[in-house]
Amino acid sequence: MSVDTETVKRVARLARIAIDDAEAGRTTGELNTILGFVEQLYEVDVTGVEPMTSVIPIALKMRQDAVTDGGKAEDIMANAPQTGENFFLVPKVVE
Amino acid sequence: MTDLTKLTISEIRARLAAKEFTAVELTEAYLSAIRSSNERFNAYIAVTADKAREMAEASDERLAKGEARPLEGVPIGVKDLFATEGVHTQAASHILDGFKPTYESTVTANLWADGAVMLGKLNMDEFAMGSSNETSYYGPVVNPWRAEGDNKDLVAGGSSGGSAAAVAAWLCAGATATDTGGSIRQPAAFTATVGMKPTYGRCSRWGTIAFASSLDQAGPIARDVRDAAILLKSMASVDPKDTTSVDLPVPDYETAIGQSVKGLRIGVPKEYRIDGMPEDVETLWRKGIEWMRDAGAEIVDISLPHTKYALPAYYIVAPAEASSNLARYDGVRYGLRVPGRDITEMYEKTRAEGFGNEVKRRVLIGTYVLSAGYYDAYYLRAQKVRTLIKRDFEEAFEAGIDAILTPATPSAAFGIGDQDIGTDPVKMYLNDIFTVTVNMAGLPAIAVPGGLDGRGLPLGLQIIGRPFDEEMLFRTAHVIEQAAGRFEPKRWW
Repeated sequence: MSVDTETVKRVARLARIAIDDAEAGRTTGELNTILGFVEQLYEVDVTGVEPMTSVIPIALKMRQDAVTDGGKAEDIMANAPQTGENFFLVPKVVE
Repeated sequence: MTDLTKLTISEIRARLAAKEFTAVELTEAYLSAIRSSNERFNAYIAVTADKAREMAEASDERLAKGEARPLEGVPIGVKDLFATEGVHTQAASHILDGFKPTYESTVTANLWADGAVMLGKLNMDEFAMGSSNETSYYGPVVNPWRAEGDNKDLVAGGSSGGSAAAVAAWLCAGATATDTGGSIRQPAAFTATVGMKPTYGRCSRWGTIAFASSLDQAGPIARDVRDAAILLKSMASVDPKDTTSVDLPVPDYETAIGQSVKGLRIGVPKEYRIDGMPEDVETLWRKGIEWMRDAGAEIVDISLPHTKYALPAYYIVAPAEASSNLARYDGVRYGLRVPGRDITEMYEKTRAEGFGNEVKRRVLIGTYVLSAGYYDAYYLRAQKVRTLIKRDFEEAFEAGIDAILTPATPSAAFGIGDQDIGTDPVKMYLNDIFTVTVNMAGLPAIAVPGGLDGRGLPLGLQIIGRPFDEEMLFRTAHVIEQAAGRFEPKRWW
């Protein structure tokens, strides 16, 4: 499988990364090199093989259903580029 | 007085206890080495001199009272991927500009609780994506090793290039690092240091900036095998804040050092003998086999048939997980924001400017393989292949193999800005061909220096172990270290 420039632009849009035509062109070539490389996986017979979900077989841990952390609004806001009264400020979303 | 920066952690421990020097003197020696030569290597991207002095003073008080902790006064460098409270934590990315967490990663908190001193934050490939430390927003790290009769700058490997270079150039006594596909072991091999990638789940991932969550694992880079054992003992823990952290007590790894390997069965996988492997790497591997045999181990030829599929499967799984993990960098909660007409344009411009090329490439690949219609063909298939890779190892261990010996990398360090490698992403990815299988299977592995190639550059051997059998790796790596000797770069700086 390979991608064309239009697909790369669509994927960039999904990934929320602005990309111009020149960059999309260059990226198309690079992505196709990588997709060509991973093509080898089609040589492997995976009939009846379970996909891996956990690399080390451990039971998922349950934790106590209790509030153990919180009340850290200032900490959470500390690194935000733009804030106002403990809210993250972003460009207008709704007209 | 001897050069304090040349001491190993075990020597520091003994000599601080004997009051031959103070923790403050030791830290000052490192800070002065960083001042005079960090510019040459670009290993540190933030130096925390005041904090280091403060911590060293506290260590001296402890030492005076006879209350020394396991790493009391030991000056450590921290990879920029670990959250350190109030200190530069940016994964060497532009998109995390100015980020100073209000919390501490579990791994670093463990080190400080054991008395270690933080010298600063170490350079790395952006978001740990790279094998040469050239994708860092802060520029490449320079390897303290040079080829004989050549003054060309070489890469220190990646992604933990800053950690490896700092340890090899005597700019810290040991360093934290992380390994997603080889990022501890490959730089260790390129700098003649020891790099330990523990079993998935051994070190908590809490507070470590995520790249590929099912593969990422923290570990140490150190001057020798014993130091790596000492550091891992502190870094590893059972952590309720990471659900993948395993409920197993952390053993005293140092006790494994010096144990005999007599009667152990060491597997040598034929699939690691790849086409075009340099003669020097092949020779070193043979030497490693001889050393193990001389020490009384039994050498067994084994087969891990799915080895060649580990790297292509990795380049689906890792970018897929990365595209999801890196979705959080959107210019809203932390780091860089580039204004846009509306919120979508703000996201798109922020991410376009904030991420470097390699990171963008991987986010795009990841987004593509997870997108509608492609999930089964790529991601699901890769996860099935991953099951087969893990099964290969399980079968070898079930057949009685105690550890597996391979080369660590297919070559020695290459030049910064190498045209041949730099223009083809897949060529760079091939650096991890011997290391990536281990991450895919969640196993522990250690890289230990084995010798120098024809140009005088270090090469490493890798030993792979059973899950949570890090002790076996320290034990066998120590035997190799005893046989091979230790290697230091010739000081040109």
